[in-house]
Amino acid sequence: MTTRKLEILVGAFVALSIAALMLLALKVANAGVAGSDQSYQLLATFDNIGGLKVRSPVKVGGVVVGRVANIHLDPEQFQPVVTLEINSSYNNFPETSSLAILTSGLLGEQYIGLQPGFVDESVEILGNGDRIEDTKSAIVLEELIGQFLFNRGNQ
Amino acid sequence: MDKAVAKPLVDIQNLTFSRGERVIYDDMSMQFARGKVTAIMGPSGIGKTTLLRLIGGQLKPDAGHIWFEDQDIPTLGRRDLYQARKKMSMLFQSGALFSDMTVFDNVAFPIREHTKLPEEIIRMMVLMKLESVGLRGARDLMPAELSGGMARRAALARAIALDPQLIMYDEPFAGQDPISMGVIVRLIRSLNDALGLTSIVVSHDVNEVMSIADYVYVVAERRVIGHGTPEQLRQHESPLVQQFLQGLADGPVPFHFKAADYAQELMELKA
Amino acid sequence: MILDKLQQLGAATLETIQGFGRATLMLAGALWGRPRFVKAWPLYIKQFYVVGVLSLLIIVVSGLFIGMVLALQGYTVLSKFGAEQMLGPLVALSLLRELGPVVTALLFAGRAGSALTAEIGLMKATEQLSGMEMMAVDPLRRIIAPRLWAGVVCMPLLALIFTAVGILGGHLVGVDWLGVDAGGYWSAMQANVDFEQDVLNGIIKSTVFAFVVTVIALHKGFDAVPTSEGISRATTQTVVTASLAVLGFDFVLTAVMFGG
Repeated sequence: MTTRKLEILVGAFVALSIAALMLLALKVANAGVAGSDQSYQLLATFDNIGGLKVRSPVKVGGVVVGRVANIHLDPEQFQPVVTLEINSSYNNFPETSSLAILTSGLLGEQYIGLQPGFVDESVEILGNGDRIEDTKSAIVLEELIGQFLFNRGNQ
Repeated sequence: MDKAVAKPLVDIQNLTFSRGERVIYDDMSMQFARGKVTAIMGPSGIGKTTLLRLIGGQLKPDAGHIWFEDQDIPTLGRRDLYQARKKMSMLFQSGALFSDMTVFDNVAFPIREHTKLPEEIIRMMVLMKLESVGLRGARDLMPAELSGGMARRAALARAIALDPQLIMYDEPFAGQDPISMGVIVRLIRSLNDALGLTSIVVSHDVNEVMSIADYVYVVAERRVIGHGTPEQLRQHESPLVQQFLQGLADGPVPFHFKAADYAQELMELKA
Repeated sequence: MILDKLQQLGAATLETIQGFGRATLMLAGALWGRPRFVKAWPLYIKQFYVVGVLSLLIIVVSGLFIGMVLALQGYTVLSKFGAEQMLGPLVALSLLRELGPVVTALLFAGRAGSALTAEIGLMKATEQLSGMEMMAVDPLRRIIAPRLWAGVVCMPLLALIFTAVGILGGHLVGVDWLGVDAGGYWSAMQANVDFEQDVLNGIIKSTVFAFVVTVIALHKGFDAVPTSEGISRATTQTVVTASLAVLGFDFVLTAVMFGG
């Protein structure tokens, strides 16, 4: 076979594998919310993060607007501090917004729900590095059961 | 005789080579004169091919020198060895044609690898070499389509493609019909004389070798047992040389492999 | 008795270590010096064709079927928990992290690896390698190097194609046949598959496998006893050794990448 014919076939092979890579990158993996230049960071302190993990989604009314970028323990307060990476196309949340750690379905994974707050003249818009004060911790099943039994005991 | 001619192209001095425990050559010396056809003969299994590989630097001897021009082959580094190999070539028993190339590309291979000549000149050179072995018409065939004799001639054309000084033939007559044997005998002689080559022929075909060689070494039992021109050898007094030249079944090289006494062994079976 | 066994063990160990040594020497010889990509371009193209393009059919067919089987099996289990929506991630993650690189490597060892071993073994047996060396052309660079590069580059590409085709095969069975929601198939996949963690790690895995399989195949051929029996033995050894090496490396790499 001539080199030209071989080159065409090899070229087709390489093109096919690039197409496969594109499919995997764009359609299969979520390459949407990533890259630091298209996002900004928010901080939040929780009492308990439950099963929250790095890369867990941040949702507003079920729509993913960002992901958890980092989780670490505040060395003085002994409270977990969560860094959120929010897509910069959603850059107008007011500082009165609140966060809650929720669970998708009965057995599903945990995510952060962002509840946007009210807006008036005195309320500023959250920017890069700002902290959200109003947070609700994860529901820990053992504590819930313990509380339930305690309440029944009181009755 | 003037000195330049007297100095041999290849000079093997006190060569010792062993493979594992088995000693193949023990303190052997031989000289190959420029412009001559020198033959090495001997029974099969004494490592005649090994000798050619030693000269080509593919194997390293345990001791001794192999002088090629003014270089001692076993001491050469990789780069110098590859330079030296460009001046020699070898015709393998199987021909060793590259099975994925046509005859033309096979002959063109060394030229393309070692020179930057334009394709028209390469084409001319290849056709000249193929013409000299009578295979110009077979240039577009694949090696698998050639007969054994033709494959060996094509390999010969490839071996002389870069006009080497030394050409080594490994059993060039083995497994050939009488006609192609005759062709190859004539080619070895005529190429040697026409191109001013130095030829080394390794073989055990006594008649063919005796007809073309200028000088013959007979090798057996790890050393040279006799050497001289074909005429001198025919007069040689060593019974081993005579047995080999005349092809006698029994002699110093016994017909029977080393064994216990025959009669005694039969008796044991009976008992 | 015990001494005999001990001697056998020692001999086998030494033999293995020598094999490693010879393979390393071969590798160093093939990679040593500047590769002449311009002059050797047709050689490289030819090997890319032989190693890559000719392996494409078996890779595509196997990928398709493995994706379809994964979807079928996964669906029956997931539907018991009412979690059919997780079919996409199941298929995609299994293929990306494990089956894509590993099955491609095993198929590659059987298809291209054995062919490489047989080809080089035959070239050795017919003295083509020796002949080349006597023509002052280094067979390590002329024969081994293009095949090594072709193997190392082609196998990750084949693994990508295998994985993509497998995911499409899963779609075929899961969505078109079993009735999982198409949007759910893709969106659950996107929510759970990470480009760096899953796709890139898969590519790294299959690059390592490519190197291992190709070096084993080339070494077994280059080291083969130059007889027809020796070549058939070398070909078998290539498939067995390469497959075991792939599984071993897979465990180590998986532990490093996804475990702990």
